[in-house]
Amino acid sequence: MPHRTFLAFVLPSMVAMLLFIALPVASVLVQSFYVQHDKVLVEVETCGPFDCTKEMRVDPDATRQLRREQPLGKFNGLGTYLDHNHLAGSEVGDMVRQAPDRTTALNEVLSLPFYRALTFTLAYTFIVTPLAMALGFVIALAVVGLPAGLKGAVIYFSLLPMIVTPLIGSLIFYWMINSQGIIGATLQAIFGDPTLSLKSSALLTWITLFIYGIWTNAPFSFVVFYAGLQTVPADRIESAMIDGASAWERVRYITIPHLAPLATFVALVQLMDNFRVLEPIVGLNAQANATSLSFNIYTDLHGQVEQLFGSAAATSMVTILGIALLLTPVLFKAWREFKLK
Amino acid sequence: MVHLKLFASAVCAASLLMGSAALADCGIPSGSVRILGNDFEALRVVTKAASECATDKVKITVNHTTEHKNLQVPALTVNPAQYTVALIASNSVVPLLNNGLIRPLDDLVAKYGQNLQPTQMIKIDGKVMAIAFMANSQHMFYRKDILEKAGLKPPASYEDVLAAAKVIRDKKLMDNPLAASDKAGWDLAAEFVNMYLGEGGDFFKPGSAAPAINNDKGLATLKMMKAMTEYMGPDYMTYDADELNKVYLAGKTAIMTQWGSLAGAAIDPKSAAPDIGANTAFAAAPTVGGGTTPAVALWWDGFAIAKNISDEDAEASFRAMMHGIRPDVAKNNPNAAAWLIKGYQPGPGAVGVIATASAHARPYPMLPYMGLLHTALSTGLADFMQGKDSPESALANVEKAYAAAAKEGGFIK
Repeated sequence: MPHRTFLAFVLPSMVAMLLFIALPVASVLVQSFYVQHDKVLVEVETCGPFDCTKEMRVDPDATRQLRREQPLGKFNGLGTYLDHNHLAGSEVGDMVRQAPDRTTALNEVLSLPFYRALTFTLAYTFIVTPLAMALGFVIALAVVGLPAGLKGAVIYFSLLPMIVTPLIGSLIFYWMINSQGIIGATLQAIFGDPTLSLKSSALLTWITLFIYGIWTNAPFSFVVFYAGLQTVPADRIESAMIDGASAWERVRYITIPHLAPLATFVALVQLMDNFRVLEPIVGLNAQANATSLSFNIYTDLHGQVEQLFGSAAATSMVTILGIALLLTPVLFKAWREFKLK
Repeated sequence: MVHLKLFASAVCAASLLMGSAALADCGIPSGSVRILGNDFEALRVVTKAASECATDKVKITVNHTTEHKNLQVPALTVNPAQYTVALIASNSVVPLLNNGLIRPLDDLVAKYGQNLQPTQMIKIDGKVMAIAFMANSQHMFYRKDILEKAGLKPPASYEDVLAAAKVIRDKKLMDNPLAASDKAGWDLAAEFVNMYLGEGGDFFKPGSAAPAINNDKGLATLKMMKAMTEYMGPDYMTYDADELNKVYLAGKTAIMTQWGSLAGAAIDPKSAAPDIGANTAFAAAPTVGGGTTPAVALWWDGFAIAKNISDEDAEASFRAMMHGIRPDVAKNNPNAAAWLIKGYQPGPGAVGVIATASAHARPYPMLPYMGLLHTALSTGLADFMQGKDSPESALANVEKAYAAAAKEGGFIK
């Protein structure tokens, strides 16, 4: 295709991407190198309904003057990335050097806020993505085999988890797993343990979040694989049946390789989405046991006193970096296949 | 007959005039009043009364939302500010003060604040920056009937509360007699702040923003919080204040420390469980560690007027809010809150807060960096409360997380 035609097609989306994606990301990157100016604190008398005390107060005029002179803030370089709430460079170094053995070192590092969030985020991404894809594929296979009358209804119900607003879905799930809710009470009855609560231990909370993630992400895989299953070459299936292949062997040797490019696409999208997990943690009130990188950004921007933009920006950049790292193998594979063609 | 008709029409005309006078203004000539605040009953009572001042020249709009803390700073920074009145509390006034977003009220108080008591003025450096109209705190809610059946007096300290819980459980009156709003997040941090104040601790080194909670008092605080979870239901890490009321009204709690602003809802005869409400009693919050200070923070709720608005709007807003917190409002709604308003006679819902304030509970610190410590506590204590961390390590981690955030916020160099 001549370059000019190509450019004409691509230019509108490139302009939009530049304006709405590239420039904001560049702005966040710049923001991550700055922190708030040092506040000017003065001691004044503060009187409330209950007492009068001498307390430190911020001098808003002096602080505003500083901000007017240097609007971006105080330059901190990589300081925000290396502080306690992020990569904690010096602390991790100390922990590794001073710990008596590897397990203690690992436990200590994992108790730092960023690494706790990273652990859950990675676990969620690498457990939910393949299982959701598998579930979507199984549902697609099942729907293909159904009689025409039932297909519509089953497809509708399979798509419902994706249609329900994520926050509402997780809230309803939260109420159901409450120890007085239907799932919680049933589990207590099944295991005969009145103190059983899905929210009490980290492991159970994580499993609940994974199950919720698989349930919401399966429909997307289902839709893509179902479309792909319509294109499986019928003559190859027939010749396989003539050769005596069982249903499972047909699926394994013909359908799955045929759907491999689609699986790459679904994996790409789901990896990116699941790495940014936030709604289940908020809806299921799971922050005591599970935090994610996006959840850390959310709490940074929801401060009572200050919105910590620099800290949120640093976590955002690390998230982008993480997603880029995750996608590299998949993209590399796709690029190689393209080259081979 | 004719006289009667004349008389009747005269009465009609007179009442029409009087009626329109009652509908009409609180004497405000003109202006725009835009109120932003949290969403609970006492605040709704005040804004409803303030809205009576609306006329064709005076426009009053109200936005009640639990997200007000996230909205207020950006909304009041723009010029003209999106809201003229911010309904605030001890903690939410701090970012407005830090950023210089509210105006001093001394001249308006001199002109229109004749009904205000001295305890209602929030003064910073000698200038009135906000007007408080109600006090709030957590205090003890307990089931009279359960305590009677167990043969117990109402507990005065948290050590007594633990002993009472043991008796109630041993006598099989209730499985999990205690409850607290230990939900990981703001509520859990508030529980720590309460207990630590009861232990007599200070949060920061004097004259600086450096944290000072990793000491004996902090450790004692954590130990008591953990000890209480022995007697709570398995989901205790997910209960916030609203959830607590629901669990209480479901008959599953005997003693709890809960917000006074939710006391009215607990004893409301129209609630889901009026018999439990009828058997509920309130008392001052328990003390701890042999001290005499109730182990809760005292809060105030009030209003402030934005700086980035016209003087006309500021005056209209102040007068509307004065109408909203006039003595009649407190008289007609005695259970909605523990009002600080002149002539208020406490209703049964306010007894707990009054008792706690009379016992000299300490106020929630209005320091500029208290919010950052509150946030650090919100995330740092969850592991300890579930038995996965030691109290020393939890406090050290909280202090480190706070120090990093305070450095980023410019409070520590």
